[in-house]
Amino acid sequence: MISSMREHFLVIGDVYLLFQHTVRCIFTRPFYWGRLFEQIVQLGIGSLSITIVIGFVTGLVMTLQFGYGLEKFGGTLYVPAIVSLSLLRELAPIFTSLLIAGRIGSGMSAEIGAMNVTQQVDALRALGTSPVRVLVVPRVLASVISLPLLATLSGFMGILGGFIIAYTEFGMTSGFYFNKVLNTIKFVDVFGSMAKCAFFAVVISILACYRGFQTKDGTRGVGVATTWVVVRTSIIILISDFFLSKLIILLFN
Amino acid sequence: MNEILVIKNLAKRYESKEIHKNVSFSLYQGETLGLLGPSGTGKSVLLRSLIGLEEIDQGEIQYRGQRIDNLSEKKLFAIRTKISYAFQSGALFDSISVFENVAYPLLEHTKLREHEIDSKVMEILKIVNMEEAREKMPSDLSGGMQKRVGLARAMALNPDILLYDEPTAGLDPVNVEMVLDVMEKAKARGCSGIFVTHDIHAAKKVCDRFIILKQGHVGFEGSWQDMEMSSDPFVQSFLLGQ
Repeated sequence: MISSMREHFLVIGDVYLLFQHTVRCIFTRPFYWGRLFEQIVQLGIGSLSITIVIGFVTGLVMTLQFGYGLEKFGGTLYVPAIVSLSLLRELAPIFTSLLIAGRIGSGMSAEIGAMNVTQQVDALRALGTSPVRVLVVPRVLASVISLPLLATLSGFMGILGGFIIAYTEFGMTSGFYFNKVLNTIKFVDVFGSMAKCAFFAVVISILACYRGFQTKDGTRGVGVATTWVVVRTSIIILISDFFLSKLIILLFN
Repeated sequence: MNEILVIKNLAKRYESKEIHKNVSFSLYQGETLGLLGPSGTGKSVLLRSLIGLEEIDQGEIQYRGQRIDNLSEKKLFAIRTKISYAFQSGALFDSISVFENVAYPLLEHTKLREHEIDSKVMEILKIVNMEEAREKMPSDLSGGMQKRVGLARAMALNPDILLYDEPTAGLDPVNVEMVLDVMEKAKARGCSGIFVTHDIHAAKKVCDRFIILKQGHVGFEGSWQDMEMSSDPFVQSFLLGQ
């Protein structure tokens, strides 16, 4: 029990040190622009289609459920406001972040883990370059840039999906629907969502890279590392979302 | 001869296991030193310790009179351009080509222009007989070819010292000869070396002096003749492969 607690604290300490080192490397030279663009393409562009689908389908389902649920009380006209707010503030950032944690977080830890067990990380060090600078910084920055944009796009795709159901199932006009949406959502909703996603992006990428560097025991170790990353990041995302939402409400409401 | 690398009383342990205790030896300018010893005596760990890939618990490592074991990772980067490491597996970056692997240190540490890097890489690939494979990916190469490209990458910056971590392990006799030939060429370019190996015959061909690690310390140090003439049962059993 005590040794397990000690191990947890050691992990937290190591993750913090990696984060600190990464921040230091972001603001000092050399900077690997090529690797950053490569990661943005892989992470951002590569996740575009799945993010659009998830956002769109969530919007369809939410509108359907809220529409029929509120119809009984004559509250269908509130559907655009509820759907747009819940999507932009919570569902899009959470779903997109969980998706990225599964798709990209596991990929990052597997890639760095495989490099670690095949001594490629040692080779980077032996060739006089910093693995944090070469491997971690581009991944963290690409995540911080891509995830908020993907989540925002996902939210707006959800609003679009919601309109299709509102129009076909509940007979709402586009003017009414989008007018309601625009009157409801504020800049802070989008900003808050993006800020949360930036935080989740740091959590996903730093934990994934950390676990990649810790990978041992060959291919089995790589599998263990990816599972560790997906489970830990998902839990952290879900728990920290509550506190971040509370903080944003305290600051801006 | 000048001492280029001096190791004094080096000690290293992993948790309760003592790997090295009071390991001391020197590497002289232009020589190739064979680092031998039974499996598990920490030959590779010792080699990794010399450039800070492993932290040491005690002792001193000096490169050209400068103490390097207490340097920060950032300062060690500069040292690692002078002391290169050839990994046992080659440790090539598997997402880039052979050419890009060899060009990597040049791009990182020199201000050479593209055509200069191109000709430098081709010159080094020629030394290791791999110029035909420049566009190939590491996964398309055999084990021996990967090791040779790894050697080429380690030689790219014309280091003072090359640390060879079992470069002939698992290779057929033809590939062993090729690797030894590359090591001779590196030596001819003025590069000192430490050659970790189990292959005593390969070591005999390229090494000037030998060290045998025994239970974490230097059990023997001397030339091939000294080794043959040694009355130490440990050295004799090692020589006879017993």
